[in-house]
Amino acid sequence: MKTFCSVWLLLSVVELSPAPPASQEPPLACRGAADPAPPQPETAEDMASTGDLEPTHYPARRAAQVALHYLNTHHGSPFRVFGLQQVHKASAEDVEAGGRKYKLDFSVTDWASGSAGPALRCSADVLFPRTERHSAPDVKLRCEALQQINRTAQEEEAFYQKHITPDSAVSARDIPDSYGNMSEEMQPFWRLARVAASFIMLRESSENTEFNMAQVASVTQQESSEEQLMLEFVVLLHDLPSQEIVQWKLLASWSPDRGVRVLQTEWQPRCPHATKPPN
Amino acid sequence: MRGLLVLTALFVAVFGKVTFEGDQVLRITAQDAKQIALLKELPEEILGLDYWMSPSRVSLPVDVHVPFHSLQAVRAFLAYHQIPYHVMIENVQDLLDDEQREMVKYRSFPRSTDDFVYTTYHDLNSINSFMDMLVAENSNLVSKIEIGKSYEGRSLDVLKFSTGANRPGIWIDTGIHSREWITPASAIWSAKKIVTDYGRDPVLTDILNNYDIFLEIIANPDGFAYTHSNDRMWRKTRKPNPGSSCVGVDPNRNWEVGFGGSGASSNPCSQTYHGPSIHSEPEVKAIVDFVKSHGKLKAFLSIHSYSQMLLYPYGYTSTPAKDQAELHELARKAVSELQSLHNTAYTYGSVITTIYQADGITIDWTYEQGIKYSYTFELRDTGRYGFLLPADQIIPTAEETWLALMAIMEHTRNNPY
Repeated sequence: MKTFCSVWLLLSVVELSPAPPASQEPPLACRGAADPAPPQPETAEDMASTGDLEPTHYPARRAAQVALHYLNTHHGSPFRVFGLQQVHKASAEDVEAGGRKYKLDFSVTDWASGSAGPALRCSADVLFPRTERHSAPDVKLRCEALQQINRTAQEEEAFYQKHITPDSAVSARDIPDSYGNMSEEMQPFWRLARVAASFIMLRESSENTEFNMAQVASVTQQESSEEQLMLEFVVLLHDLPSQEIVQWKLLASWSPDRGVRVLQTEWQPRCPHATKPPN
Repeated sequence: MRGLLVLTALFVAVFGKVTFEGDQVLRITAQDAKQIALLKELPEEILGLDYWMSPSRVSLPVDVHVPFHSLQAVRAFLAYHQIPYHVMIENVQDLLDDEQREMVKYRSFPRSTDDFVYTTYHDLNSINSFMDMLVAENSNLVSKIEIGKSYEGRSLDVLKFSTGANRPGIWIDTGIHSREWITPASAIWSAKKIVTDYGRDPVLTDILNNYDIFLEIIANPDGFAYTHSNDRMWRKTRKPNPGSSCVGVDPNRNWEVGFGGSGASSNPCSQTYHGPSIHSEPEVKAIVDFVKSHGKLKAFLSIHSYSQMLLYPYGYTSTPAKDQAELHELARKAVSELQSLHNTAYTYGSVITTIYQADGITIDWTYEQGIKYSYTFELRDTGRYGFLLPADQIIPTAEETWLALMAIMEHTRNNPY
């Protein structure tokens, strides 16, 4: 059973499939494995979640997280990752064609600037469509003073130059490790993974999910292409409502000019009996 | 005695060692008081023994650094008297620099809870040692109770802090979800805090003079061991599920109130699998039995991570709890105390509105048992590191959480029911 599972995993690596929606069948070898993010049925709370929302409750917070993922895909870098600080105001309304639109007023901070960083005020409209198959939420976002925040151009350029050289072959596992340790050197890679993962988290989000990146399982530098740093990541995402850990492999490019782009993503099943030992 | 004389005759004391090449550290487990006495008779100076943990009681291991030149004799002595031991460190010289050695020495083999390293995450053995040391050092205040056995046969231990008999109690558990490492780490610090502050802090002293505190540091030891050996992200128990290749039940969906609802999963492979039946998990049943037989618990605090929240019932229904207003106000106060220390922001409210619908959770059951002050904590952080919270946040987290715990315990003490 174990070898069959490993062989299956090996084969799955070769095949590059698009993101499976929640309805995808688990692979044969992992029969019974949980779906990446099983949707929760509507509860009385869901039905009531229109009009003004309590900013500290989950409907507003989930929508704000989606806006954060969007923000990071557009403005994240090896030296900038935004996190939600606080939701100030939120409301939701049902729209025609059966979706729900959230209007949010919230603050974010840049994790890379530590506790010294200022909070940025943002507002966003987040539309969760209600379609047969899952489709990504739509986000319109405005943040004050985004251009004026401390430019990290120097650090980005230095990081870029260091790793665009032909003999750079970064390869690491478990960032951070089981004890939360992460070396200085790995920080920008962690942030890059977090930004790249935001593309996936944004795409996979619904009103019934709340994603964070739990760990970077691995980073492997690929041959640079078109002057872009090419990195293959395996990331573990954590969905709060289902408590599932979802594994994704992705290929991302980055340069100071072009920012982060995600070229390929592949959901990877975690066979229950094939979990690797932590470091 | 004769053996000892032979031993002594065999040696030349070596002073001013430059190398530890070939030295070993042995862990000796004396089987009875007679063996302890024998160990105490070993001529330390002559043999050049350095005890990392001296012979004291039968229940505690004896760790001793034995220089190479004494090894053969010491091992012969132990064999002659049939005292069991095993080699902890094969060659001390491998631990080259002093600092490293100090670190290993204190990290792996602390001699007391004052030596214990609170700024790192520990494994089961280390946590069990900590509990035993704490009890040994404060035997008039702390005792250890076994409330049951885990599926894999591990002891489910609860520390009881008590200054008198027949008192009402306050319960705190951590580590029920094994990947939430910050929770037992905070509990260890809190246990030490309690023994340190009793007799010094007037509020805690007053609480303990009227209530017992029960602290279950590792509520899911099988899962916890698994996070160290196999999968850092393991959450559930380790009980196999018949007919499935997936193992484990979510111990926070296995409780009676709301059992089997949509806020839990019926799929054994799911992280929120509720289990085959109510209280099917021995880890859960042990607490249920304890609560019922105690009969006088007045506060029940179940500690998880992450999300930075303080939550009260219910998780299975949006019908407000009867005491919602009081629980909400107390949560507000506790969170405000918590935030006052390191400015860590928490949200608070009922489980179902604040975090998500969850059916069959601990505090819904304890609340329905009549334990009014039933709360679930979700400790640091809010998703940046999540379960892999850096160890340098252990003490700040424990300190701030302690303030919230004190607020709830103080309120419980001042509002008897």
